[in-house]
Amino acid sequence: MEEIRIISPTAILGYGFPVSSFEAGLKLKPHVIAVDAGSTDAGPYYLGAGVSFTARDAVKRDLRYILKAAYSFKIPVVMGSAGGAGAKPHLEWLLGIIDEVINEEQIKFKKAVIYSDVSKELLLNKLQEGKVSTTTVEPVLTEKDIIESERLVAQIGTESFIEALESGADLIIAGRSLDIAEFAAYPIWKGFPKGLSLHLGKILECGAIASVPGSGKDCLFGILRKDHFLVFPTNENRKCNKISIAAHSLYEKSSPSKIWVTDGYIDLSNTKFEEVDDRTVKTSGSRFISIPSSRLKIEGARFIGFRFISIAGTRDPYFIASLPKVENKVKEQIHNNFSQIEEGKDYFVRFINYGIDGVMNEKLKHIAGEVGIVMEVVAKDKKLAQTIMAFTRSTLLHIGYEGRKSTAGNLAILFSPSDFDGGKVYEFSVHHLIEVESEREVYKIL
Amino acid sequence: MMKLKDVADIIRSKNAGPYIFTFDIIFSDPDIYKKIKNKNIINKKLIEKIYHVSNEEILDIIYFDIALAIKINLKRKICSGSFGDRDIYGAQQHSPLLKINIDEKYEEVE
Repeated sequence: MEEIRIISPTAILGYGFPVSSFEAGLKLKPHVIAVDAGSTDAGPYYLGAGVSFTARDAVKRDLRYILKAAYSFKIPVVMGSAGGAGAKPHLEWLLGIIDEVINEEQIKFKKAVIYSDVSKELLLNKLQEGKVSTTTVEPVLTEKDIIESERLVAQIGTESFIEALESGADLIIAGRSLDIAEFAAYPIWKGFPKGLSLHLGKILECGAIASVPGSGKDCLFGILRKDHFLVFPTNENRKCNKISIAAHSLYEKSSPSKIWVTDGYIDLSNTKFEEVDDRTVKTSGSRFISIPSSRLKIEGARFIGFRFISIAGTRDPYFIASLPKVENKVKEQIHNNFSQIEEGKDYFVRFINYGIDGVMNEKLKHIAGEVGIVMEVVAKDKKLAQTIMAFTRSTLLHIGYEGRKSTAGNLAILFSPSDFDGGKVYEFSVHHLIEVESEREVYKIL
Repeated sequence: MMKLKDVADIIRSKNAGPYIFTFDIIFSDPDIYKKIKNKNIINKKLIEKIYHVSNEEILDIIYFDIALAIKINLKRKICSGSFGDRDIYGAQQHSPLLKINIDEKYEEVE
């Protein structure tokens, strides 16, 4: 094979793409359709609760186009991080949607399903063997973190995808995986250089985000040859340039010159980006450097309680100026009213003031004339969270403060009902690397 | 008086995993990038000041020539999505960088 052509329809399965862009890409005869279906960006809830952050009907819409095209052009589809967080419930959710489409469209595939769930036993053993590592930023992993985790997944690399391709599968659906690997597996399997294959994967994984104007809801096309690759968007209203491709090489990664995968890294120190026409960028020089044993990132989330929120606004300058003091007074009144329970142990209360420090805890010189207040309560027990929320809202509404002229109420309460059930709350419990001889220790192909 | 936002094409932030905010400042003009790099305008002291962080919380400041880019990595004070977090995706932490003042000689000024 002289070259491998890959189409990336969208940033995340369910984010959508224009049909015209997808059809333009199909005209270029791609060898494979690769699509990422997940991310940890949306936070720990989705992994913990076992649900997707994408909408079912939107995922089904994207799948219908992708699977129909793959079937009629006889090209394989590779997708990973099924259902967002990529654990068993997420993977099974996506498989259910895929089966629906396959039945409705009367099409057929040889499926390979790759599970990347990790048992608590495996991780506890790795911890005991000293095969768990952390960078400087994560807290040291403890047995308690592992035991308290709702579920654990590993970000698997290209090995599992290549095994699935080798078995003759033409529809590969993986649980949690490295987005780069989903795109790079096919060309690596076909014998193309690993460094370039992985770097192309890094650019393609987010669809047209690597183009100008960038979009996570449009297609990107890659052509990989032995010593370089070309990338361009299939939508004529977008283009790729040196900056958009270089920028995407850095996107969401902490090191610009080394992009880590499971068994090594892409070395970008000799990478060259060139604009070959006004919408196509050529990349060359990226090399793969391998490490002796593979390292897999393990992700876990633990349940911490139930959340309720309430939203209100204020334009009263005296109230705005008093906010920090008022918040403490509200917390005091909660404490006095419910003296058997303790803040910081049984429940947590937080006020997020948009217009003051909602986004960043930055000390602003100029405070906005209008402030949006989000009141948040998290408690172990759902009924308690609801009770403390109602009490917090009503207390903030009527509490007195210095210089008060508006004695009828402090808040423009946004909705009736005013308090919202925010569901279960999780936090990341595991985000660590384990050392493995082979990725086979973790993944299972069914 | 110029600001960094007037000379850089991209100034952005995002999570690099749930424990790190990563910031990219990317230029299209190699001359401007070189001047900023040679004057070491983006340095630890400046980042400490504009982000109210300690030296240890600044994990890296990397000048990456082939992309005409500067990458800054900060340790998140609160892990993404844990109680107290304000920006799950880390996509809105870049604004203090927009306001960095630069004079005609490409020196950072107060």
